[in-house]
Amino acid sequence: MSASGIAARAPWRASEIQLSGLVKSFPGPDGPIEAVRGIDVGISAGETLALLGPNGAGKSTTIDMLLGLLTPDAGTVSVFGRSPSEAVAEGAVGAMLQTGALIRDLSVRELVAMMASLYPAPMPVDEVLALTGVSEIASQRTNKLSGGQTQRVRFAVALVSNPELLVLDEPTVAMDVEGRRSFWTTMREFAARGKTIVFATHYLEEADAYADRAVLMAHGGIVADGPTTEIRAMVGTRTIRATLPAADTGELGALPGVTAAERHGDVVILSCADSDAAIRALLTAHSDARDIEITAAGLEQAFLALTADAPAEPLTGKPAQGTP
Amino acid sequence: MNSLVYMRYELLRTLRNRRFFVLSLGFPLVLYYLIAGSNRNVKDIGGTGLSAPLYFMVGLASFGTMSAMLSSGARIAAERAVGWNRQLRITPLSPRTYFRAKVLTAYMMALLSLFALYIAGTTMGVSLEADQWLKMTGLILIALVPFGALGILIGHLLTPDSIGPALGGGIALLAFVSGTWFPIPSHGFLHDIAQFLPSYWLVQAAHIAEGAHPWPARAWIVIAAWTVVLSALAARAYRGDTGRV
Repeated sequence: MSASGIAARAPWRASEIQLSGLVKSFPGPDGPIEAVRGIDVGISAGETLALLGPNGAGKSTTIDMLLGLLTPDAGTVSVFGRSPSEAVAEGAVGAMLQTGALIRDLSVRELVAMMASLYPAPMPVDEVLALTGVSEIASQRTNKLSGGQTQRVRFAVALVSNPELLVLDEPTVAMDVEGRRSFWTTMREFAARGKTIVFATHYLEEADAYADRAVLMAHGGIVADGPTTEIRAMVGTRTIRATLPAADTGELGALPGVTAAERHGDVVILSCADSDAAIRALLTAHSDARDIEITAAGLEQAFLALTADAPAEPLTGKPAQGTP
Repeated sequence: MNSLVYMRYELLRTLRNRRFFVLSLGFPLVLYYLIAGSNRNVKDIGGTGLSAPLYFMVGLASFGTMSAMLSSGARIAAERAVGWNRQLRITPLSPRTYFRAKVLTAYMMALLSLFALYIAGTTMGVSLEADQWLKMTGLILIALVPFGALGILIGHLLTPDSIGPALGGGIALLAFVSGTWFPIPSHGFLHDIAQFLPSYWLVQAAHIAEGAHPWPARAWIVIAAWTVVLSALAARAYRGDTGRV
């Protein structure tokens, strides 16, 4: 199938992708706007990394620099030991950019074949069409597709080179639930071939479910970097709910492992950094606590807590440096 | 990697765009019949020594082929607007292949427009020797080279909504000062300007029918200079055009 292409590029597996000290500003009405303020990310070969963050966090700018579409004002990008443009020229990179439609007046198969012709060792067109689930619409014109179908064809275009690095910028935006599920299934299949994948998303559950590691961005800086489990551990990761009419929230908030306490009627809700210590302390102090529930906070809560009050200045101390 | 496959699909796309196809071929033909038809029996138009059907055949061919060459700009602008240009930038597609495909597609449209006008011309009584047809076609194709570069340049500078007026106005103006609608007087202000435009020499290719070579050294220099300058600008515009549109 595509074994020859993989073999030819195998030595790259040893090296990595490295973004070092990246800075990028754009001209704005009141002077330059810093979109990316000095970020460092190392990505191991074979890793699936999520770039998480709200709109305007600098994710797309970072991706544009990773792909060589933008030149950083400062800092360097190395893709498998090469510059982004060299890696692109060698056909090692595939990407699905955030904005984008397809050119018209070609069938889906023709479009994918046209793109395949540009690469040194592409996947067979039929294989890509099958992999991305567009075989049934292969003879349709690209201008007659639905939004979800268009996204899948764009995915096929990104995969056709059989890239070592696959970059996806908010790939599931136009997809429905079913489309998303099959998209991620395909992406996992592709990742299982040992490919490196970087995807930007603001769907936290996607990062949680499909990435080995998440880099959380806000205001152009990195707020957190680590396995998604670690990111969740950084804020009140678990919540204890209990019916406890008599206790004072100030006192509860001071218990070991508890970061915050609030009351809703008879119910108290404790946000915990260490829920194990907190529950022991709670039951020791208040053996009358009833209806106890301990739940893990979603990445959603971690995300909100971490990005809401991110400083406007470049961030230096990163809470967790993930290098799996 | 096979740049021929890429070019083949570019050509295919253009041929399948029927509205574009019919309009770009149809307009010059309609104009030709309107203008030349009413001057059908004029044997020497404006002191050029050329019959009206021949003069306007080449005049409208200059209009049609210029439009065809520059329409690549409109197509590029549309591709940029949907982000396709950025998608191409993350492939190994070389600027050389990209430029070639765009220029080749533009030339295909220009040739079709040219042949359509030749056929229309013969229906209006234009009659030339085989070698005159060939030489004239050769000169027209050469004079179109700078327009190939100009099409790419404007495609990477303008947006789809601004390129319509830019092309419409630009081509009308060029056609006017180059003698498409009426012969340029052999001296005077208009003549002095026209000398420095490649589109003027497009129309002058009609003089091949008189037997003498219609292009002095100046024509070759003007066309070469425009080609060099516009190609450099087009390459620069393409290189810088990787941002989000």
